Amino acid sequence: MIDLLVHVRDHVTLSLAALAVALAIGVPAGVAIASAPRLRDVSLAAIYVARVVPSLAVLAIMLPLVGIGFAPSLAALTLLAIPPIALGTELGLAGVPEAVREAARGLGMSEREVRRRIDWPLAMPVVFGGVRTAAVEVVASATLAAFIGGGGLGEYIVNGIEANDRTETLEGAVAVGILALATQALLTLAERRLSAFR
Amino acid sequence: MTSGGAAVDISDVVVSYPGSDRRAVDGVSLEAAAGELVVLLGPSGCGKSTLLRTINRLVVPDSGTIRIDGEDVRSSPPEALRRGIGYVIQAVGLFPHMSVGRNVGMVPELLGWERARIDARVDDLLALVQLDPARYRGRLPRELSGGEQQRVGVARAIAAEPRVLLMDEPFGAVDAIVRLALQDETLRIHRALGTTIFFVTHDVDEALRMADRIVVMNAGRIVQADTPLRLLSHPATPYVERLMDAGDAVRRLRLIAVRDAMRAPDGAATQASIDGDGTLRDALSAFLDGVERLAVTDAGAPIGSLGFDDVRHAIARTVA
Ligand SMILES: Nc1ncnc2c1ncn2[C@@H]1O[C@H](COP(=O)(O)OP(=O)(O)OP(=O)(O)O)[C@@H](O)[C@H]1O
Ligand SMILES: [Mg+2]
Repeated sequence: MIDLLVHVRDHVTLSLAALAVALAIGVPAGVAIASAPRLRDVSLAAIYVARVVPSLAVLAIMLPLVGIGFAPSLAALTLLAIPPIALGTELGLAGVPEAVREAARGLGMSEREVRRRIDWPLAMPVVFGGVRTAAVEVVASATLAAFIGGGGLGEYIVNGIEANDRTETLEGAVAVGILALATQALLTLAERRLSAFR
Repeated sequence: MTSGGAAVDISDVVVSYPGSDRRAVDGVSLEAAAGELVVLLGPSGCGKSTLLRTINRLVVPDSGTIRIDGEDVRSSPPEALRRGIGYVIQAVGLFPHMSVGRNVGMVPELLGWERARIDARVDDLLALVQLDPARYRGRLPRELSGGEQQRVGVARAIAAEPRVLLMDEPFGAVDAIVRLALQDETLRIHRALGTTIFFVTHDVDEALRMADRIVVMNAGRIVQADTPLRLLSHPATPYVERLMDAGDAVRRLRLIAVRDAMRAPDGAATQASIDGDGTLRDALSAFLDGVERLAVTDAGAPIGSLGFDDVRHAIARTVA
């Protein structure tokens, strides 16, 4: 039981860290793409390509570059989470109707006020959708971290496979599934709260 | 809440958009007196919106100056300038995530008014555009009809008592009846507040109805700027004549007040009466209904009489 808690803790820590770094990079990236029309097509194409690269492949590529353990797991998961976050941010901001921005500027809002009062609140649902996708993917994929010594619930699966113990593998899989669902539910709830405050 | 209007002096304004070799506005000069309602009329793409947007600096001219009450619009920060100029656009552009009340109170909020003062002002404004504050203040824009949204757009634009109001095809998206009502409301507000209004449309009837002066534009230039009646009676070019359908005398009738066409009371028999502020268009209706002579009244008191020949003389005088 203590074992389980430790693994859950490691899993969650790793996921949260990856998500935090991905937010710090993905949101500004999305903002940049949304405000640079020339960048847009190229970047969106790159993001869509990045979206289909399987997380296992990312891990395999990272392994020789940064070795094993927490850091490479974090790096791989971060890379995984950036595209949906950047994409959500870009789509959210680009989806703000031009007439609404024009009216806001015409009423005398500065560019910063337009961002804060108009762009972000209107983009929020889509941005949040991207974050939710990223979070669920990270939580699920963090399982793979165990293969490169990153710890977490994947340990059960790795151990189960090594010891040819199906029960243990299954327990690990179920635990990860529950955690991913919980993440999804939690973020959906948070999103509702957030939009109620707007 | 009379704030009055400001004089606007547009001088030699040229605008070209990047990547286009044609000038969107090509050397326009135009003076609007304080409290005047100027309609910009012309075909799609002739530069009406662009010219309008130079006034609140959403578009910066390549050359030329714009002064509001003598002060160059470049002399204050654009945000401050815009908070003093009302702006209504065709797409309305209400903030979809904010209540009607918040939308209407936005400029006062940006100006840092106290909450209680904003709330009171919002209620006054909603009442002014004929929306019951208690019912509408808390709604979201998507819970309003097109016409109601346009009303809110107008209320939002005049919230901080701007001395200049820019309206870019503000009533494009509503049916004819609502459109007439909104025109009337705008005229009422115009009279009550004395705001200088620039009103863009490509609807000739709307222009004739609203304008103190109509500015006809084509390809970035002013073709003719005149009172509605002068435009109809003395179109400067064949283009204006065609655009205004100036040959249509019936159109002119609506622009002439009965009191300007009547004759002094002469004891002739009358079958009905009409107010001196009515138009010859209303009088024509009465004649078509079989009335021979109308008694003209002012607040009920007789001031003259009107027959069909008086109408014909009045029309003839407009082209003389
Ligand atoms: N942001 C822009 N970038 C480039 N060209 C523009 C831009 N806005 C307008 N134009 C061009 O400038 C010209 C004048 O446009 P404007 O919007 O002022 O016309 P308008 O008279 O308001 O037309 P409409 O009645 O269709 O609204 C048009 O040729 C238009 O294509
Ligand atoms: Mg236009």
